[in-house]
Amino acid sequence: MSSMKTVIFLVAGLSLAACSDARWDDTNSGSGGAGLSAGGSLHDPSSPAYFREAIGDRVLFLVDQSSISPTAQAILDGQARWLNANGDYVVTIEGHADEQGTREYNLALGARRANAAREYLISQGVAGGRIQVVSYGKERPIEICSEESCYAQNRRAVTVLAGGAVS
Amino acid sequence: MRNALATLCLGLATLLTLAPAGQAQDGPLRIEITDGVIEPLPFAAPAFIADTPAASQYAADIARVIAADLVGSGLFREIPEVSYISGLSDFDAAVNYTDWKAINAQALIAGAVNLSGDRLTVRFRAYDVFAGQELGSGLQLSGTTDGWRRIAHKVADTIYSRLTGEGGYFDSRVVFVSETGPKDDRKKRLAIMDYDGANVQYLTNSNDIVLAPRFSPTGDRVLYTSYESGFPQIHVLDVGKVQRRVLSTNDAAMTFSPRFAPNGTTIVYSQSEGGNSDLYTMNINSGQSQRLTSAPSIETAPSFSPDGSQIVFESDRSGASQLYVMASSGGEAKRISFGQGRYGTPVWSPRGDYIAFTKQNAGRFHIGVMRTDGSEERLLTASFLDEGPTWSPNGRVIMFTRETQGAAGQARLYSVDVSGRNLKPVKTPDGASDPSWSPLQN
Repeated sequence: MSSMKTVIFLVAGLSLAACSDARWDDTNSGSGGAGLSAGGSLHDPSSPAYFREAIGDRVLFLVDQSSISPTAQAILDGQARWLNANGDYVVTIEGHADEQGTREYNLALGARRANAAREYLISQGVAGGRIQVVSYGKERPIEICSEESCYAQNRRAVTVLAGGAVS
Repeated sequence: MRNALATLCLGLATLLTLAPAGQAQDGPLRIEITDGVIEPLPFAAPAFIADTPAASQYAADIARVIAADLVGSGLFREIPEVSYISGLSDFDAAVNYTDWKAINAQALIAGAVNLSGDRLTVRFRAYDVFAGQELGSGLQLSGTTDGWRRIAHKVADTIYSRLTGEGGYFDSRVVFVSETGPKDDRKKRLAIMDYDGANVQYLTNSNDIVLAPRFSPTGDRVLYTSYESGFPQIHVLDVGKVQRRVLSTNDAAMTFSPRFAPNGTTIVYSQSEGGNSDLYTMNINSGQSQRLTSAPSIETAPSFSPDGSQIVFESDRSGASQLYVMASSGGEAKRISFGQGRYGTPVWSPRGDYIAFTKQNAGRFHIGVMRTDGSEERLLTASFLDEGPTWSPNGRVIMFTRETQGAAGQARLYSVDVSGRNLKPVKTPDGASDPSWSPLQN
């Protein structure tokens, strides 16, 4: 019988201290892109509701693309006119991708899309300092089926109003 | 494809000497691997012998974890206890090889457990049954009772090493993103667990999106991307203290897809400005950053070679995403992927021999491996959505995210052998994505 070698492993203390949710602050990020949710009356052309519903707060993109289509141009033209008329508002443009593609690539693609919308608004006279961009990649789909009908809605850049005068 | 497989297995065969039953005097008992098809080695692992009645539960549980590790590797097959002709009652008594030979147990694992206060002492021996001799020498491990699973994993790693000639991977952990809630309101938080799904603990709450955690080379810290500030930014978290801080030099820029360099101080990551994502490195102690790429295309998902000299990453500079390798200081990059479809999330194996990747082609996703020059590409999986491979510490197993299709789609962790065998889900309490496998623990 061969000799018994002794190896001591210090296992104590290697497991994590248990941690509860209470360790973290309850600060909420803008992950939902809520912005101003109520936003006044749809009949008031200076209201955020009018911006969102009547003008349209989002533009859509083709697979893997970040170019602004003629349809998207018309919506962004309306957004630019509204922002130029309502100079107190700043916006965050959220770029999104559908679920086809890796997480990392879609983050980068969402950034491209948000920036394409931003550049277009700037070209229509909106000051760049009023427009932030953020990409959510494929993390925040609004439609959840795994078909092109849903994917088309998820490949989007959403202009979210923040700050400014709430009517 | 066929060549790649043959080469891989040849490499293993030199380490894994074929040892037919009964002729083990020609060499130690080793696992037989032939051309990618493996015959799992049958072993018996009776409950360890408890020195006192108080130790009997540990004695039984430790043997079960060891057996689960070995069977889970796909290289071993356990002979069920009902087949045993005789048991083991004295750790130091001579083994009755005839009884174990009769049930074709090629290896026998015997152990004893002593419990003194909260201190466990585990002794074990492995036997080559058909040679009628011990496999290596006996070992003794000690620790506190709350670390009993780690002791079992260390025993299994030792046996795995003796029988395969390779390093083990059982005493390791996985950091990942735990997912709950529907697809359009998914809650994500960082979690860490043993490689086999035991001991899950949460490292963040679910208020903010967190993505793609990555272990440091020593397993003490984790890099990840969090939307805590409203923008995706890289954070580093001390796993032991559960303390975290943001790593960012520029609040206006999105940073994501971080990974440690082998030195544990440098990180490489993507930063997006003006819609364009490029690669940067940063010394996380000084905060000093350096830009590595400067192209209008997407550059992301970087991963260092084990020696730190090179970085593999994905870029769509050619039109669709492909894999590129460049010096870790930047400069010209060489494209290494040329097959059909799009390639992403390359990860250099800890052995340095392969790069694992995600491939998207014809409406399906695959996890694959290729040599570091892009040759010998081999796809290991196929599904609606597989992505984000991570390597086991010994470079033998790949864990990844598999997401199912449709409105009820959910993400789960899976693992697969580098040869493409032994595909199976990894147990997690909820949905799970973005695994990162730690090095072997000390």
